Amino acid sequence: MRRVVVTGLGMVSPLACGVEPTWKRILNGESGARRIESFDVSDLQTKIACTVVRGDGTNGSFNPDKWMEPKDQRKVDDFIIFGMAAAGQALDDANWHPETEEDKCATGTMIGSGIGGLNGIAETAILLKERGPRRVSPFFIPGRLINLASGYVSIAHGLKGPNHAVVTACSTGAHAVGDAARLIALGDADVMVAGGAESPISRIGIAGFNAARALSTGFNDTPEKASRPYDKDRDGFVMGEGAGVLVLEELDHARRRGARIYAEVIGYGLSGDAYHITSPSPDGDGGFRSMLAALKRAGLTPSDLDYINAHGTSTPLGDEIELGAVERLLGNAASKVAMSSTKSSTGHLLGAAGAIEAIFAILAIRDNVVPPTINLDNPSVETAIDLVPHKSKEREVNVTLSNSFGFGGTNASVIFRRLAS
Amino acid sequence: MSDIGERVKKIVVEHLGVEPEKVVDNASFIDDLGADSLDTVELVMAFEEEFGCEIPDDAAETILTVGDATKFLEKNAKS
Repeated sequence: MRRVVVTGLGMVSPLACGVEPTWKRILNGESGARRIESFDVSDLQTKIACTVVRGDGTNGSFNPDKWMEPKDQRKVDDFIIFGMAAAGQALDDANWHPETEEDKCATGTMIGSGIGGLNGIAETAILLKERGPRRVSPFFIPGRLINLASGYVSIAHGLKGPNHAVVTACSTGAHAVGDAARLIALGDADVMVAGGAESPISRIGIAGFNAARALSTGFNDTPEKASRPYDKDRDGFVMGEGAGVLVLEELDHARRRGARIYAEVIGYGLSGDAYHITSPSPDGDGGFRSMLAALKRAGLTPSDLDYINAHGTSTPLGDEIELGAVERLLGNAASKVAMSSTKSSTGHLLGAAGAIEAIFAILAIRDNVVPPTINLDNPSVETAIDLVPHKSKEREVNVTLSNSFGFGGTNASVIFRRLAS
Repeated sequence: MSDIGERVKKIVVEHLGVEPEKVVDNASFIDDLGADSLDTVELVMAFEEEFGCEIPDDAAETILTVGDATKFLEKNAKS
């Protein structure tokens, strides 16, 4: 199979618009959680989220006008605008702007989402009930469909290769990176613009996840403390929004054009829990098998791993189950591996989480540093694995694994390795 | 330009994101102002909303330019 490398990165996160400013704030141990201001939260149990800060683009704020015409922004839910921004950044970063028909046809898109245009669906349902069907916009459907993030990106950049989208809840971003890498490995494309985008922060989104007992509710007055994976006081995840997009490229294609190569995608594993719609299997076997499959594909043993970017959402059940699965995987190598949850800083971006976290796993290799798990004051269980509490750590990082697990019992693990020069 | 003409122009500028100078009576929504078929459906909905009247599909099909819209609405506007 052909080898696949990462040559471009793009991101809109609750910490900042852009990969480098987000990464800097992650390494500083900052939190993107804040009080929700954009809608009424008075009757919601959860009143906080990791929101993207809109602004004129300065100081890391997100200026949508930079990435999409205002007249088009009106037609779509925010996840598409986030996806357009992250994809635009990633293509610029890769310096890949296909102009010939051949290059366009060799470049595809695979930007997924967990839920898609939730807010637009909710608002249009109210409009339909109050004003009738004649008031429903012709842009209602195309502005809400999950694959329209890929669609808009494909149209904006003239990408005529595979045009695909993943929908696997919170595993979406990781599946998109892994599946897109496979399309390149199998020769369906030479370059893929892959990742996830999500905009779930709305009354209906919060109400729905509150009803499923998934969100933190006990930190409304101290939002920056709410996302605390592995800590004994954790009480659910903090919802996030944004997008992460990677440019993946066939190794020789990247070398021929002199592209900067961040890392190689060397392993990808997938599995199903076959257990419950929202709860992970208590034995963690699904996550374990997903990681094992990725290692097998990479031809590595567990002791080759330097850093794991955990799924670690800060839910009472999930964190310890994943930790157990990782301990089972690592065995005696547990003490040499660092594992942190960057969701402690970014919150949980659902379908975009696996994509932004793949980027963090790649930057850990680039910078030889592991990002922290902030708010980890008192771990709820003892472990030999370094969970990197509070502060980032410099250390040699050559091989990283990123885990993502989703509702429906869907698991994905992706492994990156520094490319030998 | 009539009051209705001005209101039509404002809606067109807003929805199609075009320069106000380009929104003249003989400007075609699709050929001159960059609208696609979905944009024209939404424009008609916006006219209905602004002018409190219903524009049936067969009438909507004849509204191709800014002037067509103004003329139709000068006859049929209710608000």
